Amino acid sequence: MDSSASIETHHDPHSHAAEHEHHELGWWRKYIFSTDHKVIGIQYGLCGLAFLFLGFCLMMLMRWQLAYPGQALPVIGKFLPHIFGAGSMPDGKMTPDFYNSLGAMHGTIMIFLGVVPLAFAAFGNFVVPLQIGAPDMTFPKVNAASFWAFAVGGVIMLISFFVPGGAAKSGWTSYTPLAAFADSGPGHDPLFNGQTLWLIGFIFLITSSLLGAVNFITTIIQLRAKGLTWMRLPFFVWAQFVTAFLLLLAFPPLEAAIVMQLMDRVAHTSFFLPSGLVVNGAPVSISGGGSPLLWQHLFWFLGHPEVYVLILPAFGIVAEILANNSRKPLWGYKSVVFSVLVIGFLSFVVWAHHMWLTGMGSAVSAFFQTTTLLISIPSVIILSAFFISLWGGSIRFNVPMLFTIAFLPMFGIGGLTGIPLAFNSADLYLHDTYYVIAHFHYIVAPGTIFGLFAGVYYWFPKATGRKMSEFWGKVHFWPTLICMNMIFLPMFLQGMAGMHRRWYDGGQGWNVANEHTVWGLTGFQWNQPISWAAWIMGLAQIPFIINFFWSIKHGGKVNDNPWEATTLEWTAPSPPPHGNFVDIPVAYRGPYEYSLPGRERDFTMQNEPVEPSERTRRKPPAEPVLV
Amino acid sequence: MEIPYTVSTRPDTGLWNAKIGIWLFLASEVMLFGALFSAYIFLRIDAAPGTWPHGLLNVPVGTMNTAILILSSVTVVLAWAALKMRRYRAYWWYMLATITCGVIFLTVKLAYEWPQKFEHFGAYIKPEALAKYEQYLGNERRIEKGFEPRIEITGHLHSQNAKEYEVALDPVNADPDNPVMDRPHFFPLPVTDKIATIEKADVQRATMFLPTHSAYFASYFTITGLHGLHVLGGVIVFIYMWLPVSKKLYQRNPEHLANRVEVSGLFWHFVDLVWIFVFPLFYLL
Repeated sequence: MDSSASIETHHDPHSHAAEHEHHELGWWRKYIFSTDHKVIGIQYGLCGLAFLFLGFCLMMLMRWQLAYPGQALPVIGKFLPHIFGAGSMPDGKMTPDFYNSLGAMHGTIMIFLGVVPLAFAAFGNFVVPLQIGAPDMTFPKVNAASFWAFAVGGVIMLISFFVPGGAAKSGWTSYTPLAAFADSGPGHDPLFNGQTLWLIGFIFLITSSLLGAVNFITTIIQLRAKGLTWMRLPFFVWAQFVTAFLLLLAFPPLEAAIVMQLMDRVAHTSFFLPSGLVVNGAPVSISGGGSPLLWQHLFWFLGHPEVYVLILPAFGIVAEILANNSRKPLWGYKSVVFSVLVIGFLSFVVWAHHMWLTGMGSAVSAFFQTTTLLISIPSVIILSAFFISLWGGSIRFNVPMLFTIAFLPMFGIGGLTGIPLAFNSADLYLHDTYYVIAHFHYIVAPGTIFGLFAGVYYWFPKATGRKMSEFWGKVHFWPTLICMNMIFLPMFLQGMAGMHRRWYDGGQGWNVANEHTVWGLTGFQWNQPISWAAWIMGLAQIPFIINFFWSIKHGGKVNDNPWEATTLEWTAPSPPPHGNFVDIPVAYRGPYEYSLPGRERDFTMQNEPVEPSERTRRKPPAEPVLV
Repeated sequence: MEIPYTVSTRPDTGLWNAKIGIWLFLASEVMLFGALFSAYIFLRIDAAPGTWPHGLLNVPVGTMNTAILILSSVTVVLAWAALKMRRYRAYWWYMLATITCGVIFLTVKLAYEWPQKFEHFGAYIKPEALAKYEQYLGNERRIEKGFEPRIEITGHLHSQNAKEYEVALDPVNADPDNPVMDRPHFFPLPVTDKIATIEKADVQRATMFLPTHSAYFASYFTITGLHGLHVLGGVIVFIYMWLPVSKKLYQRNPEHLANRVEVSGLFWHFVDLVWIFVFPLFYLL
């Protein structure tokens, strides 16, 4: 079968769909309550992007309070009390409670409603079945259920902003005993209060991840196209495979913890509450006998694998785009695959490095310190393989590639600055400072989110049949890259100067923050340039939003394989019809056969059969031995 | 568009889709209950001496429920085997037996075991007042023997006023020095008619046997409640497969129904297995 002919022609999806469909589905079934993996992927994607922007908006509000504590927020400040209630920003001045709500919900929304749905559910749903040559996910209805559980969870989280007392405000980690008593008492509903809704919303989000994870793993095991062996899988599929296992096994302990905290709040049990607890100066009437540390252990048992849930899909996207645009096979494919498996395994035994300050004892600390340093080895292998992949490539600097190339050093900075935090002695000093904020934001913001942007630009033509504008993509990329660094680099300095991450007034009232100056600015004064960078970065997203929606209808039309890529999703029509492929694909070769010698084109797709001439070239005949 | 391997197996994996799906789901369930059981273990290790209750649950009833669940695990296998042999009638009866077992289990749990706990009363005595209630606690003898002290008086709450509780005592508090009371009983002893008066000023905390009572009952109600929800889910799925709607699937593709029964049977075995852990942890140890 010669697929090169079919690549060049543009398929009309509707004519093909009509052949196989006995009846056209109605609009609601087709676009809203769909069971098609592509529609669900796009639904997840749009929701994920919207939540990312919302989470970012919450942060932009917080940045005002940090840079100009106690001052009235101009213009917007007048409207916010009408939205979030009089207790949020009276006269445009932010209350501490509202600041705490914004902080807790920024973390929750960004991670669980933004990045995970986008990185895992959206890209995974849309791309994985196409890359493995499957007609759909194995369980399409479960897939739809997963999306709707996510939607319900998201709506509950949003509603929690508008209940009396406002949204959850105990940090995104919801440490007990604080979280067990926050948002309760006078002025709060026993059930419809911020923290309780946060817990209930989480149960839906966890259910959603669980259903998604089961579906992904089964799909990858069962529905790989003929000839697509494990070592021929694109790295993106491997990354999603490991991510799915992390979600599958790490989320349930958090679900257990959530159920227990819900019991503590609603049924007044004491899972996480010690005996003799005093709240607001009065002893609480509870049975006690619980353990606040138990929550932390269960939370971080999810929390750490979760970090890899955030980064591994981005690794996968980066690998695809890197190989495609350097026109070279991914360097060290097998080591990268085994590294990602090792990361997946090790990520389950590092969680307590978030808890150095709890006094676990030196033996336990030594164990977790060791595993934490071990996990940096496979991460560095992957990053090194990515860098080496660039070596000697004929690099195409298109927008997806720009984001991808930016990802590499940004993730590098994030990873390397994590090493001081892995040592418990160094962490005693840095814990809960802006240093930590800067470290993990380098991983997830210019790291993961750059990977996600790259993925959006890269697979947009597959989803719509049109390309996003290159020019506006670059207008989006450069300010975003510069602002990201202007936001997070100074935070390392602030953190090392001792600034605490949860200070509501940005450190104005603390001597520590005002003692040291870097480049003439004290720790507190650094808040202003950081905030301005954040707001400018907010503006820099406007070209992306416009470009995204405008290109759906008006972007330049492209063929099925505009990036001249090799993996199977580019053999399907753009956009792929229901059932995905015109001809059921068969894989004959590995995922990154770029610049194969002796070929007319510099890419050879996975479904192109191996020619006899290739076989002989690959296995040179044995030299005759002369005696 | 058809999704392959829903009924037939994929040659290189030897499995159909839902079988992988259910095993993955069960793996996550292991993590869920594993976390709850770990929490139970850590709370129990952490508990102050004398605060972890023993012998408050009804062991014979629990044993019966265990037997019922195990029986239902057998019948669901027989139902699946009957389907494999294409004997729908036998399948129907075995399925009915399975559903009945599940319903009996839930009824016993919700209509008998739990309400019994809600009616039972316990009062933790303040450390400084323990000596005052020595006749109900028998701590002098216990300390002599090296046992954990008793700090709670339990029974049925007869009446209370602003100052005191009147409690019909459990046998263990009615006759605390009797060596028979050193260990929990397999057959629970009924509440005695001996009434004790406990002053509220001497009581640290007094509640019915609700989740608020102690870390023990908190984990008991949470774990058995979550387990009960799983039983309920299994029963609902089985009812769907037992109803005439599934007979249509049987007539169209009997293997498909057999696969469904196999998958839900695997789930049912898991639910059964969780109970095998719940029973000794809460009832016996």
